[in-house]
Amino acid sequence: MQRKDFHHALKIQKEECIGCTHCVTICPTEAIRVYEGKAQLFENRCIDCGECFRECPVNAIIIEQDDFNQIFEYERRVALVPSVLIGQFPSDVKATDVYSVLMDTGFTDVYEVEHGVDILAEKARTYIEEHEEQKPLISAFCPAIVRLIQVKFPALVDNIILLHPPLDVAAKYYKKKLLNKGVAESDIGIFYVTPCAAKIAAVKSPVGQEESPINGVINMDFIFNKVYTNIRRGYVSKSEHKLKHQLSPEGVLWSLTTGEADNMQGRALAIDGIHNVIEFLEKVENEEVKDVDFIELRACDESCAGGVLTTTNRFLTVERLKKRATIYRESDNRDSNEDLAEYRSFLDAKNIGIKEITPRSMMKLDEDMAEAMKKMQRVKEILQCLPEVDCGACGTPNCNALAEDIVQERASIKHCIFIQRMLEQRGELSKEETYEIMKSIWGQEKFNRNC
Amino acid sequence: MMHFEFDIEGGDFTRAGFASSQLKRALKQLVGNHKVTKRIVVALYEAEVNVVAHAYKGKVIADIDTERITILVTDEGPGIEDIELAMQSGYSTASEQVREMGFGAGMGLMNMKNNTDKLEINSEVGKGTDVKLVCYLK
Repeated sequence: MQRKDFHHALKIQKEECIGCTHCVTICPTEAIRVYEGKAQLFENRCIDCGECFRECPVNAIIIEQDDFNQIFEYERRVALVPSVLIGQFPSDVKATDVYSVLMDTGFTDVYEVEHGVDILAEKARTYIEEHEEQKPLISAFCPAIVRLIQVKFPALVDNIILLHPPLDVAAKYYKKKLLNKGVAESDIGIFYVTPCAAKIAAVKSPVGQEESPINGVINMDFIFNKVYTNIRRGYVSKSEHKLKHQLSPEGVLWSLTTGEADNMQGRALAIDGIHNVIEFLEKVENEEVKDVDFIELRACDESCAGGVLTTTNRFLTVERLKKRATIYRESDNRDSNEDLAEYRSFLDAKNIGIKEITPRSMMKLDEDMAEAMKKMQRVKEILQCLPEVDCGACGTPNCNALAEDIVQERASIKHCIFIQRMLEQRGELSKEETYEIMKSIWGQEKFNRNC
Repeated sequence: MMHFEFDIEGGDFTRAGFASSQLKRALKQLVGNHKVTKRIVVALYEAEVNVVAHAYKGKVIADIDTERITILVTDEGPGIEDIELAMQSGYSTASEQVREMGFGAGMGLMNMKNNTDKLEINSEVGKGTDVKLVCYLK
C-alpha cells in the first residue's frame, strides 16, 4: 500500500461542487477555500473529521474507499467489523445473520474489532499510572482527534496515550493467529469496515507507526446496503457463521461515548463532537482543567455511532448497542478464557505501543518569527478594513482568514464584496473588474445562469 | 515587536481566561516553540484568575519580540500582605465562594513561577499588585 504523508479519504468532486462555501465555514481547522467556484482542500490542515462531508448540500464530497473486489486478491479475506456495524441493523436482525451474509459476499473470516478491549483497558490504566507527569492523558482512539491535536494543539501531543487503538491491535492479533495456523502472510487480506473517514486516513497514512496492519478499507454504508438488502429480500445464508466468542459488554460499548472513560480509574471525562472537543482542549492547554487523569475525545457526536459513514440515526444505534450490552452482561456467553489468554500474551509481547507522535502545527504565519510578527501586524491592519460579517462570499471561512490569506498572498483584498462596493462607488474599480474578480472566486458557471 | 492589551473585570469568572486565550492564539501564529507558548499561557491564566478572584479590576499588557515574551498584569485590589507566604504552595486567602468554583487552591503563584523564566511581584496593601511574567524564546 502506498504511504502518503497526508492521505485524505475525503475527496471533493469538482463536477458536483457548486462553490457554496458551506464546507468552508464548518471546517474546524479552516482547511477549505473556494476558488473558481470549487472547494479546495489545504491537505496539511485537514484532519479527516468529515464535517464537510456532512454539511455539503449537493453531495460533492465523497469518501473514497478501496474497490470491494480487491478482497479477492487474497486467499483469507478477513472482515474486521466494529460493534457499531451491528448497531446499524434493527433489533430483530441477529449479529450472526449479519456476519453470515457478510461471509457470503466473499469474506472467509469475520472478526470483531473490540475483542479483548478489557485487556487493552488494563494496559491503558497501567499506562496512566506510569505517566503521572503527562496528565491529563488523552486516548488515541479517534484518529481525527490525534490529527486535531497535531495541527491545532501541538503542546498537547505528549498527553496522547501511546497505545494502539483496538482496531490496530485486533488486525495484528488476527493476522498473527492465521500465521500461527500456517497461512502465508501474502495470502492474508484484512479489510476494515469503517464508520468514518478518519479511520481510513489512519490506515492509509498512520501516525505513530510505519505501516498499518490493515490491507484495505470498505465503507460501512456500502456494507450495510449490501447486507441489509439481502436480509430484507429473505436471502438465506449458505455459510453459517458461528460466533466462536462474543464481545464483552465493555467491548460492545467501547466505541460509544464514555466507552473508554467508564473503564478508567480516577477522574475520567468523555467528550464527543469536534467543536466540543476543541473548546475543551483550549482549557486543557491553559491548564484550566486540573487533576483530570484521563480524557476520552471523539470527533463525532455520539462517537462512532455518529460516524459519517453510518446509515442509522446515531441515537438509535446507541440504544441498540446498550440493549445488546445488557443482554451480554446477563448471558454467560463471554469471550472464551482460552482466546483471551492468547490475546493477553500477544499484548504482553509489546504489540501495543505506538511511536512518538509529532506536532505538525499549521498555524504559524512564518517560519521566521520576525517575519511572522510583520505578517501579524498586516493581518491586524487588513482586518480593520474588512466588515467582519464573516459572510464567506470571498471563499474563505471568515474575515480573519481572508486577512491571513491576503498576507500569505493567496487572496486579494478585492475578494471582499464589501470592499468592492466601496471601491466601485469611489470609482476606483470598474463593474467589469468586479465581475472578473467574482468570477475568479465563484466560477464562470454562476454568471452564465439564465435566471 | 507585538503589543497586546486586555482588561480584566474583577469578580467576573465567566470572562476569566479571555486574555490568555487571545494571547495564545497570537503566540501560536508567531512562535515555533509550542512548549514556551504553553508555559506562558498557563502562567498568564493563573495571573488572570488571581485578578478576577481578588481584585476590582486589572489589565494585561503583553509584549512579544523574537527574544522573549514579557507580560505585565496589574490590578487595583487589596494587594498581597506577605508575598513570600503567598508563594508557598497551598496558601490561599480565596473566599469559600471562590473555592467552590474550583479556584483558590493556593497553587497560583507557585504555578506562575514554575511556568516562567522570571517572575516579579510588587504589591502595595490596599492599592494593588503588579505581576511581571517573562519567558525567553531561546
